[in-house]
Amino acid sequence: MSTSALHLAQDPSFGSPQLARHEASGHGEGGPAPKRIVVGYGFWIFLLSDVIMFSAFFATYAVLFKSTAGGPSARELFDLHNTATETACLLASSFACGMASLAVGQRSQKWTQVALLVTGLLGFAFLVLEAREFSGFVARGAGPGRSAFLSSFFTLVGCHGVHVSAGLLWLGTMMAQFYAKGFRVDIRHRFLCFSLFWHALDIIWVAIFSLVYLVGTLPPELLP
Amino acid sequence: MWGKLSWQAIPLDQPIPLAAGALVVFGMAAVVIWVAAKGYIPYLWREWITSVDHKRIGIMYCLLASVMLLRGFIDALMMRSQQAMAFHAAGYLPPEHYDQIFSAHGTIMIFFVAMPFVIGLMNFVVPLQLGVRDVAFPTLNSVSFWLTAAGALLVNASLVVGEFARTGWLPYPPLSELAYSPGVGVDYYLWAIQISGVGTLMTGVNFVTTILKMRAPGMSYERMPIFCWTSLAANLLIVAAFPILTATLAMLLLDRYVGFHFFTNAAGGNAMMFMNLIWAWGHPEVYILILPAFGVFSEVVPTFSRKPLFDRRSMIVATMAICILSFSVWLHHFFTMGAGGDVNGFFGIASMVIAVPTGVKIFNWLFTMYGGRIRFSSAMLWALGFMVTFVIGGMTGVLLASPPADFVLHNSLFLVAHFHNVIIGGVLFGAFAGYTFWFPKAFGFVLDERLGKLAFWFWLVGFYVAFMPLYVLGLEGMTRRMQHYDRPEWHPWLLVAALGTLLILCGIALQIAQLVVSIRGRAQRREPTGDPWDGRSLEWATASPPPAFNFAVLPLVRSDEPYWESKQQARAPGQAATGEPEYSSIEMPRNSATGFVTAFFAVVTGFSLIWHIWWLVLLGLAGAYATFVVFAWRDQHEVTIPAEEVARLDRANRTARAQALREEPAL
Repeated sequence: MSTSALHLAQDPSFGSPQLARHEASGHGEGGPAPKRIVVGYGFWIFLLSDVIMFSAFFATYAVLFKSTAGGPSARELFDLHNTATETACLLASSFACGMASLAVGQRSQKWTQVALLVTGLLGFAFLVLEAREFSGFVARGAGPGRSAFLSSFFTLVGCHGVHVSAGLLWLGTMMAQFYAKGFRVDIRHRFLCFSLFWHALDIIWVAIFSLVYLVGTLPPELLP
Repeated sequence: MWGKLSWQAIPLDQPIPLAAGALVVFGMAAVVIWVAAKGYIPYLWREWITSVDHKRIGIMYCLLASVMLLRGFIDALMMRSQQAMAFHAAGYLPPEHYDQIFSAHGTIMIFFVAMPFVIGLMNFVVPLQLGVRDVAFPTLNSVSFWLTAAGALLVNASLVVGEFARTGWLPYPPLSELAYSPGVGVDYYLWAIQISGVGTLMTGVNFVTTILKMRAPGMSYERMPIFCWTSLAANLLIVAAFPILTATLAMLLLDRYVGFHFFTNAAGGNAMMFMNLIWAWGHPEVYILILPAFGVFSEVVPTFSRKPLFDRRSMIVATMAICILSFSVWLHHFFTMGAGGDVNGFFGIASMVIAVPTGVKIFNWLFTMYGGRIRFSSAMLWALGFMVTFVIGGMTGVLLASPPADFVLHNSLFLVAHFHNVIIGGVLFGAFAGYTFWFPKAFGFVLDERLGKLAFWFWLVGFYVAFMPLYVLGLEGMTRRMQHYDRPEWHPWLLVAALGTLLILCGIALQIAQLVVSIRGRAQRREPTGDPWDGRSLEWATASPPPAFNFAVLPLVRSDEPYWESKQQARAPGQAATGEPEYSSIEMPRNSATGFVTAFFAVVTGFSLIWHIWWLVLLGLAGAYATFVVFAWRDQHEVTIPAEEVARLDRANRTARAQALREEPAL
């Protein structure tokens, strides 16, 4: 048994509540970081993992891009007008989400709800456009079972769509929470995470827009 | 109504799975009935199942891993006995059953033994070593654990209802595609791993955040214990690698369920892409398992050598170097794919380079022991056994990393011997060392050393007897996963290997005996000071078992080995401090059934997906969503432990320490 455990236990300087209560960085200065930092940081880490999942789908798409198995290619299928409208909806939705953040900062229930509703409606519009595009492809015999290329396309873009759908579910829950519970600190933390999520989906979409739709519609001689 | 599920799913015509399944079902039923009859259910529900305390969750992870180790080991016994018998004979396991056994063995040992064991140790130890009260997201931690348990339950359910995969522990297409594996076996594998994989990913997020953002005052990066560093590296790898696994298995699921063409032979699918993707997760996974084990040894070796770790800084650099390099070697799992000399050359060299930081670590431990006052307790024996065994496994690994040699050894028993050499000799020995080392911290009494040492020797000798013959067999050209064979020169080696598994069986029996004997004699084995090994890091500065809040007052860290430093200061004459710190009330996260209920719905969803019961899938998903809403809606997140209660518990610990010191002569 350790001789000095007793002495240690009686040493009042072993542990310092004053320091611990101090606003801390979590890096060793003053103890654990405050809840807001921890929640936001953790959610960032989660988002990074999500980005890595998407990168696996992107890589798969790149590998299978030319495996059309005699079926339609990207250039024959994609309609950039539709994609442009989708992009506009999603970016405007993110703008509305930013407005919601400001409204939450102002503790305005009315404008928070309005901004979140606009966010959700624009997100929904994006999903409708995507569903229309997908069903159009399927109707033309270019469903995901047609070729490896189409499997990877539907999975990559569909995975983003699934994220947007999950985001809408979260958004609805968030609105109900603001309505029922007000601007409580834990709900504001959750909203911080939601807005990070919503903006991250934009970043993914920008990558999809450029790497899938823009590159996909390039003339074949420009492709590697 | 019930999809593909019918009474045919129960293997009434196959005596071995039926008996095994019946044993599991009756065993589980017996445990539940015993617990209920003793009236323990409210206690279990309140103190364990709904607990969000990192220590309780860590213990449950280790318990899950231990139970699954028994299951996986029974599979190993069956394989070894089959191969011992199947010379010019059919043996007792028909091929379709033998294939399920080796698939289940690998799946269980990696995903439900090694992973939960190292995650359990991290859960228990990391917040204590960091000097804080819990992980960053306690309820999420509980969700992670229960999702892992849900995956384990699905794998075990396949024993009784339906079948398991026959595709090996990584379901390579095209064999795992619907055309060649039309049964539910692969689906059991996929959903079990997807569900537990989400749990593991959440653990990764949780621990990266905890280690980077929640440390005791004064604990800078350089002062973090090495186990925390290796845990950080392992969890960074989880965050970076598990999403790839999720994506890869999702693609295989899409192929199987809705006719996509990622890995099929038809319509442009590319089966080799699966190998690349799965090993882009799979190789980092190896380091996710071994790095925490390295961390355990880095705590055990200094403690039992009574010296600080030799050159901590190089240990940290080596850990982070492995963390990064682990993403640059995955192709060595399929040199024979034919990627060409340049590609194979690059990955061969990268695989050899990663042996360098590992070698650095070995020297760190050796130099720590050099000149130390070594105590050969059982935790230290596991560490010593590891060092010798792991070096052998590492050298055969470097051999396999050379593409020309790999072309000869690929998929042979040499490979099987190599990875068991590093996983048993590295991960499992590390887990056992950690279990012995931290058991008294978790329960307040020390495990029986005599039985522990005996168990170690049976494991060590058993390991060599079981796996060294496999190296020889590999060089003699025997491939892995053979249900029968007709080469007379293989037979004696396989008999020796079977004998080795029996020695390991004795080791496991001794470990169970050790646990039983120690629990029954716990009154005499009680360790009141909280510091049974003369420890060096902060977990030893609190009571055993630690109070829910870990530390009455957050410790102030002033050096690399804060607790050792404080003891040294107190040892100096005239330095004995008196008085006590200023206590204040502590807020701790409230218990929550969220994890358990989510896992329940995950099992429902997974099971109904496997059997194509679509309405139940929707019900399960709706249930999981509802669980989260209920959690999000609660108003009270924390319970407050009043200052008087904190003071009472802390004083009780001080009194116990003082009592023990008065009764025992000082060292």
